[in-house]
Amino acid sequence: MTDVAIVGIGIHPFGRTDGVSGLQQGVHAAKEALSDAEIEWKDIEFAYGGSSAAGSADTMVSELGLTGVPFMNVSNGCATGGSALLSAYTTIKSGQFDIGMAVGFDKHPRGAFNADPEAAGLQKWYGETGLMLTTQFFGMKIQRYMHDYGITSDALALVAEKAFNNGSLNPNAWRRDPVSKEDILNGMMVSDPLTKFMFCSPAEGAVALILCRADIASKFTTKPLYLKGAAFRSRPLGSFEVFSPSLEIERGPSPTVGAAKATFEMAGIGHEDIDLAQLQDTESGAEIMHMAENGFCKDGDQEKMLQDGDTNIDGKFPVNTDGGCIANGEPVGASGLRQVYENCVQLRGAAGKRQVPNNPKTAYTHVYGAPGISACTIITN
Amino acid sequence: MSTQKPIADNLFTWPSDSPKLIGSKDTETGRYFFPAKNSNQHEKVELSNKGKLWTWTVQRFLPKTPYIEQVAPEDFKPYAVGYIELPGEIMVESRLVGIDPKELEIGMEMELTIEPFVKNEEGEELLIFAFKPSVNS
Repeated sequence: MTDVAIVGIGIHPFGRTDGVSGLQQGVHAAKEALSDAEIEWKDIEFAYGGSSAAGSADTMVSELGLTGVPFMNVSNGCATGGSALLSAYTTIKSGQFDIGMAVGFDKHPRGAFNADPEAAGLQKWYGETGLMLTTQFFGMKIQRYMHDYGITSDALALVAEKAFNNGSLNPNAWRRDPVSKEDILNGMMVSDPLTKFMFCSPAEGAVALILCRADIASKFTTKPLYLKGAAFRSRPLGSFEVFSPSLEIERGPSPTVGAAKATFEMAGIGHEDIDLAQLQDTESGAEIMHMAENGFCKDGDQEKMLQDGDTNIDGKFPVNTDGGCIANGEPVGASGLRQVYENCVQLRGAAGKRQVPNNPKTAYTHVYGAPGISACTIITN
Repeated sequence: MSTQKPIADNLFTWPSDSPKLIGSKDTETGRYFFPAKNSNQHEKVELSNKGKLWTWTVQRFLPKTPYIEQVAPEDFKPYAVGYIELPGEIMVESRLVGIDPKELEIGMEMELTIEPFVKNEEGEELLIFAFKPSVNS
C-alpha cells in the first residue's frame, strides 16, 4: 500500500485579522497550499475541512472553484483539523483518490470560550454556579500534577517565556514580543497557579495541507514529507477532563496516552527517533504534562529539562518551535493543522530564524481538547 | 426572612440538619456518579459529607454566561474551586468556602456546607453546596 505524502502547505497568519472572515482565511491558506504544490484547485480530487465557529468549510468551493470536488465537512472540537488530516490520509491509503486537501480555520470572539452546560450533557446549575470554565480545569489539573511530581511555578513560566521567544521568530505568530520570566510570574493570576501570560487565547487563523500518494509526490515538490503515523482517541475511564462535576477516585490515563501509543505503533518508530515536537499548550502546565503523557519523559523530569533549556529550539528536544498555542492563540479548527504546518516547515529546513539545527528528520504533533480527545501525527522527510 | 431553596432539585438533601449530596450508584458495576443518574440501573445514594481536598484553583475573573451572579466585574469576589475526594465513593467538584485561598492545601480535610448564592426573580434565595475546612482538623 502506498505511503501518504504532504506536498503543499499554506497558512493564514494567526491572531486577529479584522474584516477577514474565518472562511476567507481558510481560502487564503488553501490558495497558498495550492501554489506551494504548484497545482490548481481543479487538480484536487477531494477535500476535508472544518471550523468550530466560522462556518462550513465546503462553502469554500464558491471562492476556490465549482469543480464538483467532494468536499466533506469535519466537526470534532479541538481535533477538527486532526480529524480532517486523518480522513485525508485514510482516503488516499484506501486508494479512492490520489490527491486532496485538508483545511482548518476559525475565528473566535475575544475572551474565554462560552460554555453551554446542556450542549455538553450537563445540568444547568453547573454553569450557573460558576464551575463550568475551562480555565479552572487547567489550573486544577496542573495544581495536582505540581503537587505529585514537584513541578514549580518557575517551570510554568519557563514554558511561556519560550513560547513568546519562539513566537518572536515566527512571522505568522500572533504574539511576537518576548515576555520575561519575571513578568510572566508577576502577571495577573487567572486560575491559580496560572497567570494570564501562561494561557493561550481564542484567536483566528487557517491552515491547509495538500496530501497525495507518495509515489506521485515528486511531481509536485522536490522535498516531499511523509505522514507516517496519525491517530485519534477519545477519553478512557478515569481521565481528568474539563467540565467534570465529578471524577473517579481511581485515576486513569488521558486520551493522549492512547493516541500517542497508536501513532508510534503505526509509524513503527520510537520516541528516540523524534527530533522535535509540537505539543498542545493551551497553557504552560499542559505542555509540561503532555511531554510525559506523550511518552517523551517521565513525570517530574520536565522540571530539569526546562531549567536546562532542553525544549528550546537549540535544545536536545525542541517543543513548540513556532510559539505553540500560547504565542499563536487557539483558532480551534486550525490549531492542530498549525502544528503539522510548523513541522513541515522545519523538516523542509525552511524555518529561518527559528529553524531547529542539524537537519531534523522526524517530527511529532499532539493536539488535545474538550471533551477529552487527542490526535497525534508523525511526519518524516 | 426570604425563602430559600436549592438551586436545582436532586442535588442535595434539603431541608436537613445534616445535608448530603445526592449521587447514584450503578448497581452492576458499583461505580458512583454525581450528580445522580436517572436510570433503572442506578440507585440513589447520599454521599459522604466529609472528604479530602484533591486539587484546587481560584476563579479570579467574573465568569460569562451561563454564570448567574449579577455583579459588576470590579465588584466580583474571586472564589476557590476544588475536587473533594469522598473516601470509597467519588471526587466531586465544588466551591471551597470558609478559608483564605492562600491557606488551601491538597490533602486537607473538608466537609459539606450549604450556602446562599443569589436571589432569583421571585426573591427566593438559591442555595448551593460547597465544602469548607473540617472543624475537627
